[in-house]
Amino acid sequence: MDLTPIWLTLKLAGITTLVLLIVGLPLAYWLSRGRSIIKIILEAIITMPLVLPPSVLGFYLLMAFSPQHGIGGWLQKALNVQLVFSFPGLVLASVIYSMPFMIGPIKSALQQLPVSLVQASYTLGKSQRETFMKVLLPNIRASVLTAAILTFAHTIGEFGVVLMIGGNIPGVTRVASIAVYDSVENMDYRSANAYSLTLFCITFVMVVSVFIFNKYKAKSPLE
Amino acid sequence: MIKVDIEKKLRGYGGQQVLKIAHDFPAGSITKIYGPSGAGKTTFLKIIAGLTEPDKGKIVFAGNTWLDVDAGISLSPQIRRAGFAFQNYALFPNMTLRQHLEYATNDSQWIERLLKIGQLETLTTHKPDYLSGGQQQRLAILRALAIKPKLLLMDEPFSALDPEMRSELIANLQTIWKEFDMTVMAVSHDQRELDEIADAELFIRS
Repeated sequence: MDLTPIWLTLKLAGITTLVLLIVGLPLAYWLSRGRSIIKIILEAIITMPLVLPPSVLGFYLLMAFSPQHGIGGWLQKALNVQLVFSFPGLVLASVIYSMPFMIGPIKSALQQLPVSLVQASYTLGKSQRETFMKVLLPNIRASVLTAAILTFAHTIGEFGVVLMIGGNIPGVTRVASIAVYDSVENMDYRSANAYSLTLFCITFVMVVSVFIFNKYKAKSPLE
Repeated sequence: MIKVDIEKKLRGYGGQQVLKIAHDFPAGSITKIYGPSGAGKTTFLKIIAGLTEPDKGKIVFAGNTWLDVDAGISLSPQIRRAGFAFQNYALFPNMTLRQHLEYATNDSQWIERLLKIGQLETLTTHKPDYLSGGQQQRLAILRALAIKPKLLLMDEPFSALDPEMRSELIANLQTIWKEFDMTVMAVSHDQRELDEIADAELFIRS
């Protein structure tokens, strides 16, 4: 079995999770504070990948990333960056596709914390940033870990979006889920089984870890 | 001196009501704020601390305007730095008792003194989950005092304390209030609860 697709899958999932942690934490914090129409619309957009067929999302991302259109065209001309059929394009698509898995649990955990924790920190003279880092974040640690693991596992399982944006270029965009599909198409069931079993084992271990961790750690901070 | 003249519409189970208070609190005074449940006592303290905005009004503390709705002035709670002991304690679940005080101040001698006042010296490594209601309440008061505020706001501050602990704590608190010339406002739903410490009172009607 060629291990490159497995390595590429883990690399894609790792980078996507890292990017989403950096982007998702402040975004989830902002979304958790108050309800304006802009926040409601943005949250709906972030949630769309949960309900849309991956091929629909992939199609629109393909259009957006295409060098002949919008963002893709601008990136190609201004920075000579090509997103379609490239690893950076896969990362960007994965970030969009997996975003609800990172934002949802973190936002919900933040909303469950009593507002008086923030207020108490403010009366002690602490800034919004310091309050977030020292009071809020440590109290939602379990939810952040759950969100990160779910994002990682979900990215491993991507197929439709990855196929639309990345295609099937060995060593560049041919992730494990594509390798399974490709192997079946070529009637190579032995390789398909090897890739499938590897993906199954990795995601199973991750999901079990989340359940075990939640059993002992993830409870309401005030319980 | 703190001069307060504010108005805020409150929504409750009994419909809408207006919290309207115009009152001067002399510097160094200890004011008992009482009234029926739902009258807006907690909201009043939060307005003063800068945690809630009123619809109209002004708050001037020692000559500095903290709030003037018409002029668009509203200093943040971080700038007002009013010590606030919350009714639900608002303790940080991730921090130990000592870490709560260290989060508020770097003065280790002051922390030791506060721990002694609250009789909590033996519990410094405990997190709030492992403290009794009375211990949590004392910690909430000590944390508010840790920043040595000029204005101390306390919401039902002694409700979970037994009479003996309450008397000892109050005696120690009075020493500190005097030493730092703090102006104190303490809310209680019980009209007589704070009689022994207050030198002024404010009744908030519903």
